[in-house]
Amino acid sequence: MISLSNIYKSYQTGQSTLQVLKGIDLEIAQGEMVAIMGSSGSGKSTLLNILGILDEADQGKYVLDNTLIENLSERKAALYRNRFLGFIFQSFNLINYKTALENVAMPLYYQGLPRKERIEKANYYLEKVGLADWATHLPGELSGGQKQRVAIARALAADPKVLLADEPTGALDSATSYEVMELVRKINEEGKTILIVTHENDIAQMCKRLVHLKDGVIIEDKLVQSQSPKEYV
Amino acid sequence: MRIVKIILSQDTWSEILGSIRKNKVRTLITIVGVLWGIFIYIALSGSARGLYNGFQKEFESISVNSFFIWSNRTSVPYAGYKIGRRVILNLEDVVAIKKRVPEVEHIAPRIRNGNWGKPPARVIKGSKTGTYSVYGDFPSVSRISVIKIYDEGRFINQRDIEQSRKVCVIGERTQAELFEKGVKPVGDYIRIDGIYFQVIGVHEYSEEGGFSSDSDIFIPFSTYQKLYNTGNRVDWFAISAHADADIVEVEQHVKTVLKDLHDVSPTDERAIESFNLGQMFERITGFSKGMTFVSLVVGFATILAGVIGIGNILLISVKERTKELGIRRALGATPGEIRSLILLESVFLTLISGIMGIILGALTLAAVNNATQGIDFPYYNPTVPILWVGGALLIMVVLGSLIGLLPAQRALSIKPIEALREE
Ligand SMILES: Nc1ncnc2c1ncn2[C@@H]1O[C@H](COP(=O)(O)OP(=O)(O)OP(=O)(O)O)[C@@H](O)[C@H]1O
Ligand SMILES: [Mg+2]
Repeated sequence: MISLSNIYKSYQTGQSTLQVLKGIDLEIAQGEMVAIMGSSGSGKSTLLNILGILDEADQGKYVLDNTLIENLSERKAALYRNRFLGFIFQSFNLINYKTALENVAMPLYYQGLPRKERIEKANYYLEKVGLADWATHLPGELSGGQKQRVAIARALAADPKVLLADEPTGALDSATSYEVMELVRKINEEGKTILIVTHENDIAQMCKRLVHLKDGVIIEDKLVQSQSPKEYV
Repeated sequence: MRIVKIILSQDTWSEILGSIRKNKVRTLITIVGVLWGIFIYIALSGSARGLYNGFQKEFESISVNSFFIWSNRTSVPYAGYKIGRRVILNLEDVVAIKKRVPEVEHIAPRIRNGNWGKPPARVIKGSKTGTYSVYGDFPSVSRISVIKIYDEGRFINQRDIEQSRKVCVIGERTQAELFEKGVKPVGDYIRIDGIYFQVIGVHEYSEEGGFSSDSDIFIPFSTYQKLYNTGNRVDWFAISAHADADIVEVEQHVKTVLKDLHDVSPTDERAIESFNLGQMFERITGFSKGMTFVSLVVGFATILAGVIGIGNILLISVKERTKELGIRRALGATPGEIRSLILLESVFLTLISGIMGIILGALTLAAVNNATQGIDFPYYNPTVPILWVGGALLIMVVLGSLIGLLPAQRALSIKPIEALREE
């Protein structure tokens, strides 16, 4: 599903160049659930942004679902993001003047689906994350966990190939975190490929594979004995 | 076309309305700017048109290509005559004017009493009596001023002149004062200064007539001469020129001829005087044209300022919405979709304010029109040509999209990843 080879990425800050990713090779197959760990500043978000076609690598090859991601126009990039990728952010990133339902329906709007179909699908995914009754509420009226579940429904709505989550539980207390992770696991069990950036060990333990970044290179890549969040509760 | 599809889509509108609803105060402030501009334009140019129409109506009963000319005492000694000699116009002047000024189309010598020291006529009908001004007239006067005669009646004709008939055209008020209600005056007789006259017509009162009154009585010039023993004397001439003639030139020309005929110095400004309606009318027309132009300039400038205001506000709004736009792009919004979202918002705001301004302007015009109805103020049917309104709207759409390009470009200049990082 995902194939990265020899990915380099650096940031220019004033005079100095900060080399963040220094040759990443990574293969992720369909249906995997991968945790990306590493200390702060190790380049986890940078890597995820490149995977999400929100940012571009300086060097290296990125193939997503048999499509070479290279020198895309902003329009093409938007198209791929819309069709292949679902994002889950630490700060939820819901649009605050739109209801939960409208937020979930938004990627479908950019897919060009007719209104009726969008509402149907959005409702379906809201129900899937257990928020059917909250459809008409604005994000401001939801708890953190609820917001993240709306965000997950939104990421799922367009039926992407890959879910990318950057510290999805970073803003949640542990009980809520586990609820959210339970949901994510369920989605993974239905076959979706999922990447989760986290620096929380317990969250990483709920995934099936763990990739450890340090100073811009992968220092560890192992399968984990996936633990159900329920065991923590 | 893609853009048409975007504009027609309900989703586009709910997106725009959503963003507008989110910023009510901002939207209001923006709208007021453009609204004010188009309001000024509509109200001002409509009023100019109303004034123009009003004056046109005022002059409707008199040919605008005409003037009056009369005589006074001389103010310059000339040809052996002393200053202060009384110049008297006469019927022979007509022939000379016609011969020497070919641009003259109609010329009507007129004479009247009830003015210039001549007492009005005493008019009797049965037991009723009144005093009215009597005019000695030729049929040609009706070619220069519009004299409307009620059905069944007529104006003085050539035969009346030739035979010095004792016939008269009375005014609407004269009829009301002298005749019983329901009695038809045409064919009936009245006594003017002791002489019986048959009424041949009743002239309609027109408020805009300006110079005649609803009680004036017209009799044939020749009859007037005999009745009051005025000889060949004429009080004034009403003269109209051919449509293609320059009325001011004709006026000067006639003046010169009359001065020549009556031994008046060419430099004497007082002896022969005239009043040119055409010139007067032109001055008013010029004023209303000027006002239209000013309204155009002021309106356009205000609209421009308003639209720039919209651009400014949208720039701020785009900055405020950086994160939101970043989210949208992460979810798959293409640059084109972001651009049209902002452009349409700009155009929509401009148009809405424009349409509101037009409605407000139209209401104001209607209100002023109502208020001036019935009072003596030359204001009538103030309108702004639909083409101009459409043009103004078109300009606003163009300006709105142009100014919207700026914030749209700003929104797109930020990469999605940077936009998402924004707090
Ligand atoms: N736009 C940028 N410009 C300059 N430097 C950047 C930029 N984005 C990230 N960096 C730097 O790159 C390095 C890696 O950043 P990144 O966000 O990938 O780290 P991270 O592993 O996600 O850390 P954290 O756990 O704190 O989120 C950091 O040192 C950061 O300061
Ligand atoms: Mg990070």
